[in-house]
This record gives sequence, C-alpha cells and structure tokens, in this order.
Amino acid sequence: MKVSLFIPCFVDQFYPQVGVSMAQVLERLGCEVDYPPGQTCCGQPPFNSGYWNEARAVAGHSLKTFAKSEIIVSASGSCGTMMKVFYPELFKDTEQEFEARKIAPKVHEFSEFLVNILGVRDVGAKFSGTATFHDGCHGLRELGIKREPRELLKHVRGLELVEMAEAETCCGFGGTFSVKFPSISTAMGEVKCDSIAETRAEYVISNDSSCLMQIQGLLDRRGQKARCLHLAEILAQT
Amino acid sequence: MTAYAREFKRMAARYTSDLRHRGLIQRALKGYETKRDEYKGRYQNWSEARQAASEIKWEAINHLDRHLAEFITKIEARGTRVFVAGTGAQARDYIVGVAKQNRVRSIIKSKSMTAEEIGLNEALEHAGCTVFESDLGEFIVQLRREKPYHLVFPAMHLTRDEISRLFHDELGSEPTDSPEELTMIARRVMRKNYCAADMGISGANFAVAETGMISITENEGNARLSTSLPKIHIALVGIEKIVPRLEDLALFLPMLATAGAGQPLTCYNTLYGGPRQPGECDGPEQFHVVLLDNRRTELLADPEQRDALHCIRCGACLNVCPIFRNVGGHAYGTTYQGPIGSVITPHLRGLQDWKHLSASSSLCGACTEACPVGIDLHHHLLQNRRNAARERPSLSEKILYAGFVFIMRHPVLYRLSTRLAPVFFPLHRLVKGTFFDPLRAWTQTRDLPVPARQSFHAYWNDKMSNRKARHGGN
Repeated sequence: MKVSLFIPCFVDQFYPQVGVSMAQVLERLGCEVDYPPGQTCCGQPPFNSGYWNEARAVAGHSLKTFAKSEIIVSASGSCGTMMKVFYPELFKDTEQEFEARKIAPKVHEFSEFLVNILGVRDVGAKFSGTATFHDGCHGLRELGIKREPRELLKHVRGLELVEMAEAETCCGFGGTFSVKFPSISTAMGEVKCDSIAETRAEYVISNDSSCLMQIQGLLDRRGQKARCLHLAEILAQT
Repeated sequence: MTAYAREFKRMAARYTSDLRHRGLIQRALKGYETKRDEYKGRYQNWSEARQAASEIKWEAINHLDRHLAEFITKIEARGTRVFVAGTGAQARDYIVGVAKQNRVRSIIKSKSMTAEEIGLNEALEHAGCTVFESDLGEFIVQLRREKPYHLVFPAMHLTRDEISRLFHDELGSEPTDSPEELTMIARRVMRKNYCAADMGISGANFAVAETGMISITENEGNARLSTSLPKIHIALVGIEKIVPRLEDLALFLPMLATAGAGQPLTCYNTLYGGPRQPGECDGPEQFHVVLLDNRRTELLADPEQRDALHCIRCGACLNVCPIFRNVGGHAYGTTYQGPIGSVITPHLRGLQDWKHLSASSSLCGACTEACPVGIDLHHHLLQNRRNAARERPSLSEKILYAGFVFIMRHPVLYRLSTRLAPVFFPLHRLVKGTFFDPLRAWTQTRDLPVPARQSFHAYWNDKMSNRKARHGGN
C-alpha cells in the first residue's frame, strides 16, 4: 500500500524521531512510504485564532503538496483533524472546496490507520516499562479514536498499560491558547500531571506530540520523572 | 484587549493559583460525574435520547414563531397576562410596573438565571422593593452579595464552614457543621419571607406550546411556595424555552436532571397554566408571563449557531469543562458561565467585548460531548473567533500571520527557519523565563523542548539519497 507521511511542522523540528519511527513501522508492515517534499504546516494556528484567510493560504499549500497522495498518514491527531475535519469547513464555498473534500477521506491518524485500514494489532514491538496513555482531544473527539492506540499498545511485549483517571481530560495545550492564557493552560496541565503521577507510570504515551510537548514541559518543570513518548516511538522498538 | 478581557485574565490567574479552590471544585464535580454516569446508564440509549432531544429542540427553535404564538394563545385563554419583552429593559420596566401598580413591597424569588441576565433584582430594589431569594444556593450568594457561581449550583464554591460563618454573621445563628441544621436556619428565615411576600417571581425551565404552560424543575420546593403563596406570580421566560408538546417533557425533565445534577429526576416538577381559576381555592390572583427576547432573535438569525438556542441550561458543559474546573464561575464575569456562556455571551452582550471567552478554550470538545441537546459548542467558539477576527482583526496577529503564511507557503524558507531554531536555542537559555524572554508565556511555567539537530525532512532527504546511492551502486 502506498502511504504518504504527513509530518507536521513542530514534529519535523522538535520530534523528528516520531516521523522516523512511523516510517519504520509502516515500512516493516509492507507499506511503500513516501514523504511529499514541500510539506510545512497544516494551517491550524491561524485557523484556530480566527484568521481563516491566512489559514486558507497555508492549507491551500498543503492541498497542493498532498494532491497526488492516495493515503495520508498523520503523525498528529490534531493536524490530521485539521485536514480531515476542518479543511472542508475552511474551504466551504471557495474554489478549493472540491480538493478539500477530496483530500479529507484520505487522511488517517497513525494508530487508526494501522488498526482500521491495515488491520494490524500486533506490530511485533517490544518495550519494557509501565506506561499510561493520554487521549489527545482532537483524536478522541473529532476523529473518535480511543480503542485503536490501546489495541496496539496491548500487544507490545513487556509494556504494562495503566489507565489514568484523567486520560480523556484535555492537557491544556490548545495551540495558541497555551500562550494566550498561560495560567489556565498550566492549571489544566497540572491536573493531567497529577493524574499521571497517581498511576506511577514511567512513560506517558500519546498519538499527539503537541499534547506531549505541554505535558513533558510541565513534568520537567515539576521534577516528575515520567517521560513522554509518541505511540510510534514505542511501536518502532523491536 | 478590552477591560472585560483584562479582568478575565486577572481573575483566571487568581483562581488558578488558588489550589484550595481548584481542589474544592474538582472534588465536587467528581461526585457529580459519578452520579451522572450512574443515571445515564439507566437510559436504554443515552445517545439516542440526546438525538431525540436535539431534534425536538430543533423543531421548537426553527418554528419558534408558530410555537410562541400557540403558547401565548393557550396560556392567555386561562387569564394569564403575557408580555413580550424585546429587551431586558422592557422586561424590567414591565415587572417593576406590575410591582408598583400593586403596591408590592416584598418579593420572594425562586431561582432564575434569566432574571440575573437582565439585572432584575437591582431594578426592583431600586424601585423600593425588597427581594428575597428562596433557592438555598441563591439565598447564600445573595447574603454574600455576590453573583451565582454556576448556573445550576450557585454556591458550589463555598464550604459548609464558610456557609456557617456567613449565617452567623448575617443571620446571627450559632455556628454548625451540620448541613441539616444549616438548611433549617435558612428555612426559618425563608418561611417568614414567603408569608410576607406580595409577589413571587420565577423563571421557567420549559414553556409548553401545546398546552400553554410553563414547567419548573426544582429540588427544594421553594419555587412552588414562591409561586403559589403570594397574590401575584410573574414568570420570566426566555423565548428559547419553548418545547412543542407536553409529552416532550417526558424526555426533557429526566434529561435535565441527569445531565445537570446527576439525578434521575428532580424532586419537584410543576406545570403552571394560569392564575387561580374560578372555583379553585389556591394559586395566585394574577399570573404574568414575561417572554424575553434580549437579542435571542439575533442568535436565531445566525444559521451557524442557531442551535445554541437549544440550551436547556443544565450546566453539563460547565461541569465537564477543564477551563471552568480550573478558573471557576466567577472569573467569567458573565451571567452564563462555562462553554455555553462563552458561546452566547458575545451574541447577547457584544462580540468584541466578549470574544476573549471564545479564545480562552483549548477547543477540547468535552462540552459538545456532554451537551444533552447536542449543541456544537466548541465549534461555535471557533466560529466566534473567526467572526471576531473578520470584524476587527488585531494588528499584531495580522502581522504575525502574514509572516507565518509567507514562510509556510515557501518550503525553502520554512526549511531555513528550522535550521535557525537550534542556533537560537542556546541564546534563549540566557533570557529564559525572564522579562526579556519572548517565549515567557510558555517558559514561566513549562520547559521547552530542545530542537532536534536534524529535522525530519533533512533525515528523509539523507535516507533517500542513501537509498539512491545504494541502488546506483548496485
């Protein structure tokens, strides 16, 4: 199966290992992986701030970049949501509406692609430690992904998954919200970190690096030992 | 930034740094969640019930003109006086007028957020009336001279101890930590107020078009007393409270109780269809229904956000909202707190003044998931942001995004910018967290990730050229 990687800008820059791991897992499962060059940002920052003209300018670039892709697998539930759910809304009644509607069903979040499209649950990964899973809000509520990453993690040898009470509670990142309202964003993150601490997990896993940036940033500041890892980084371990 | 936005940020900073307060609210709402889930579980299918409720409200709101006309005709036929108020001021003037005509001095009031919305108590007090709240939570916040904290639980931010001290200071009662005793203290005061009241004022949870009745839901029996003991009863009703048929209540009454308070059904559910009828031995002599628009029709005119008028004011969205759970109800500075307040306040009180509430959300969608009538709350926040930026863009954001767009549309520039980050990162350490740190909004409370030495696109280019070289070598 031919698969195009969608590596959002901040993953590209701060968490390249996530993309590397994704490519490894997908290639191991027999996918023909390509990375459309020229990809930058999905346009979510201006979109969420209300600057939809600017968002369309950036998103229009993405539409062109991925125009030839048959299947697009996103490293981030949130950026995937932007393309899958919000592009049709953003381009409504514009010339590019057709392209936006065409691209939306091709976009998949990584775990959802593995489980629902490839039909894989056991990717043959080994990873020793206890971990807890954080549901990124966009993945959970816009894309309905809850079961898929857990199915995959259940089959990782050596990994013990402990659910935290606040798994579905927002970590407080929310893009520009995190710097526009830092006190609220931080308070929300603290609730998350307390819940992580209760599980005594060594690792926090998610399918969204943006949430993990917020969580790790707070864990480090608070002196908590837990490490954040993207789901792909676990699944790539053999 | 407007004065309202500055005040919100100030209050939010204050409340989020108050760990005791945050703990109190989160514990209270955890208890609610357990109960809510228990009773949601008793529905054969909660999501179908939500869908049905959403459809009924859709019908009611999209044919509001017809349903309102039917409601008015039916309820007037039993001698009710109906006044349709376009604005809050008109509603206040009418109610104050009725009070003056009837030489009303003392008023007993059951809980009404709509009355809060139009500042009714202040207007009545200004006209020389004394207004006593009869809902226990409202009674408590009235004694504290503050606004309700939550549209369903007005005094949820107070501990038993704080209430005991309040009663001691304001009512002269002995300190106690027994909830029953505290309730009895309030009850003794309220009984006198009921008997002395010349007029009772209530809100309404639903207005049934088919039968011309209003429905009030409560747990304390205070609304029944407030509306049946005094000679005059005035109900202030937002026009969106309409449901088409009486049988709709069979769905909405339990749903409101479950979503709002984690109860199967509230203790008292009463329908009011008119004043005392000939041959009846009790009930008020006059019954007035004030139907309030107050810019609701402007929301009705917005096809994108019209469903915000489906709201049954259950408060479920507040209870699950991680923003509300951390900043609490008083930070908002609005009548309606939480997600629904952030959605509708810009419509009711001005977009530019209240757009900050729509910005103050991580758009997590927990509200939309919890809403029993399926209002697309978090997407409406996004639409408010868009409408606000379209109407009056901020210069700094315009400039910021112009640069952002330019870089993101030019992959070469974008790649260059990713090379710069690792260069600036060591320099950033010198100013990190200080006043000179351009990223201090982040770094004051959180650490930054270290930019990778090699970006993914650089890694991929290497990988591809290695692969090519290998294939070439073969």
